[in-house]
Amino acid sequence: MMTLGHYLTVATALFTIGAVGVLVRRNAIVMFMCIELMLNAVNLAFVALSKTVGNLDGQIVVFFVMVVAAAEAAVGLAIIISVFRARRSVDTSRTRELRL
Amino acid sequence: MEKNLLAWLPFIPLLGALGAYVFGLKHRPAAGITATVAAVASFAVTVLLVLSLPQNGWNVELFTWMDVRFHTEAGGQDLFVPFAFRFDNLAAIMCLVITGIGSLIHLYSTAYMKGDGSEHRFFCYLNLFLFSMLLLVLGANLPVLFVGWEGVGLCSYLLIGFWFTNANYAAAGRKAFIVNRIGDAAFLIGTFALVKYLDIGSLDFQAIGEKFAAGAGDVLIPSLIGGSSVTLASFVALCLFIGATGKSAQIPLFVWLPDAMAGPTPVSALIHAATMVTAGIYLIARLSPVFAAAPVIMAIVCVVAALTAFIAATIAVVQNDIKKVLAYSTVSQLGFMFLGASSGVVWVGIFHLVTHAFFKACLFLGAGSVIHGCHHEQDMRHLGGLSKYMPITFVTYLISTLAIAGIYPFAGYHSKHAILAALEASPNPILASMSGWLMPLVSLTAGLTAFYMTRSLVLTFFGSYRGHAHPHESPLAMTLPLIVLSIWAIAGGIALEERLPAFVSTVVPTPEWWHPHHASWLESIKHSWIGILGVGLALFIYLGAPAIAANCARLGAPLRKILEGKYFFDEIYQLLIVDPLRRTSNILWSFVDVRVIDGTVNGTAALVEVSGEVGRATQTGDLRHYCLLMFAGSVALLVFYFVL
Repeated sequence: MMTLGHYLTVATALFTIGAVGVLVRRNAIVMFMCIELMLNAVNLAFVALSKTVGNLDGQIVVFFVMVVAAAEAAVGLAIIISVFRARRSVDTSRTRELRL
Repeated sequence: MEKNLLAWLPFIPLLGALGAYVFGLKHRPAAGITATVAAVASFAVTVLLVLSLPQNGWNVELFTWMDVRFHTEAGGQDLFVPFAFRFDNLAAIMCLVITGIGSLIHLYSTAYMKGDGSEHRFFCYLNLFLFSMLLLVLGANLPVLFVGWEGVGLCSYLLIGFWFTNANYAAAGRKAFIVNRIGDAAFLIGTFALVKYLDIGSLDFQAIGEKFAAGAGDVLIPSLIGGSSVTLASFVALCLFIGATGKSAQIPLFVWLPDAMAGPTPVSALIHAATMVTAGIYLIARLSPVFAAAPVIMAIVCVVAALTAFIAATIAVVQNDIKKVLAYSTVSQLGFMFLGASSGVVWVGIFHLVTHAFFKACLFLGAGSVIHGCHHEQDMRHLGGLSKYMPITFVTYLISTLAIAGIYPFAGYHSKHAILAALEASPNPILASMSGWLMPLVSLTAGLTAFYMTRSLVLTFFGSYRGHAHPHESPLAMTLPLIVLSIWAIAGGIALEERLPAFVSTVVPTPEWWHPHHASWLESIKHSWIGILGVGLALFIYLGAPAIAANCARLGAPLRKILEGKYFFDEIYQLLIVDPLRRTSNILWSFVDVRVIDGTVNGTAALVEVSGEVGRATQTGDLRHYCLLMFAGSVALLVFYFVL
């Protein structure tokens, strides 16, 4: 029998993997994939909880989150393309202009 | 109409000061002319006011200065102080002396200061002084008097240190101001005591006088030492007298006056002979009901004055600088004035104030004439025989010397004799018990006065000229004031002897026990015996037998060293007060100011800098470090929100 606990565990695991991925990976595109992973983990949690509570509020929020994720992906990828055009690499450890 | 004129009187020389500076900047002689015109104008206004002065005088209020009235029935010290002038007979005499002698000295200065280069500053300060002095004597209450009191102290500083490029002269100016300030602190404490304990909500002289005459001064107030208490009158009288010792150069605050000779000679004549130094006597006269209610303090005044007069006279005997002789003479004569006031018959002090103003100003201006004519020579050992070259100066100096020696019929005789008579007749029991040594001491001082003044006369004007310049008589602008003052030195005593007491007694009543004794001219000449003795002795020694003086100097060498060292007052003050103060200031500066205060301020800045450096370590520029920090921050938020 699949309980809420199972769903939330999966969602937490996915979120953690995504968070660690953002922090550890150097490739900008892979970092973005991890961010998407975090967003999807949150979506899963929302839907599971919505089914448990019994109303549709959580699922409506999922729609919002998806919209935001899409917009963010578009903008982020545009930034990555500009950075790549400037320095021929997407390695984030090479961008140190913000260093004091 | 007269009240308007009265309100404007002090401001005439104030405008003159402004004009003298502004006009003098472009054209130096214009400063002297403007200032002299202002001085003469104020004299004319004073004469006009005196001629139409009613018996009770005038009060005029210019504006409300301090109004701290709480309108409660009990508790709290209300205070209402208007900026007001009172013109009565006492103020009239002072104003006539100030503006009259002031005008003569302004005229003199136009010739004396010619070619100096800073005449615009000089005449500005001189007129500013007239303004302050007029405020002092016209003030209807203590605060207005104090404004003038401080103002004359300021002008004294400015004028003593007039040639400030000389470090010694500048130091003399500072010394005068600082010593004055010590007296002023005591003055203020006396004023505060009046506000707190008399509690009439006003510091008006008439109000204070009425209250003290009715016995308000006999309440006991806690004194500053231990748990004892003193009468209000004694406390206030003592505080005001200490203030007067600062301004009028009595022991212990007289040390500034001899140094003040660093200023130009007209300054010495005006400020340190005729006017500013008389402010102390004026204060006692104005507040005579306070002093009358404190016989112990009157006795203290008497003793201090007698000692000051004697000590200063002894120092004057060994001085070689002609101005220093006159300076110590002024200190001594001020002692005489205070002696007169302390007897209880206040008008004798005022009488001596007026006669002294005439002959001392004449002496100082004469000394200035000598200095001017002998190319800035002040040492009497390099003078001599000037009666041939400077006849007018000689005759006026001679007349004034006879006046200060107290020889009938010259002016000084009448005032000195009145002082001696008042002291003898005083019913104050403390004074009576001291009269055994007091009267001989005062007489001895009078004899010494005659002696050292004649000594300076002989050394300067008789014998042969011992200097290197070409002495010549001074111009008319300088000799005319000398002549006018010497006429007053001759006739002033006789003219004022009857009129002055009657005039002043409307303000300061003469005590009932005073019975003036009218002496014939023969008796008066007999009474001048001590002056004649002093003059004769000096003539004999310095004209006839100078070897006697040299022998006395050799035999009495230790005494002479004390006298030449001015009783080492300056050295004692330096040791006990000035040096410890300097050292304390040094410690406070090097430790408290540099290490503690600057350390705190600089340390705060250093702290900010260090914390900035620490904070800088987080700015690596690496995106992933920033992500980590963001992540850690949000985790911390969640923990705080849900767990704590």
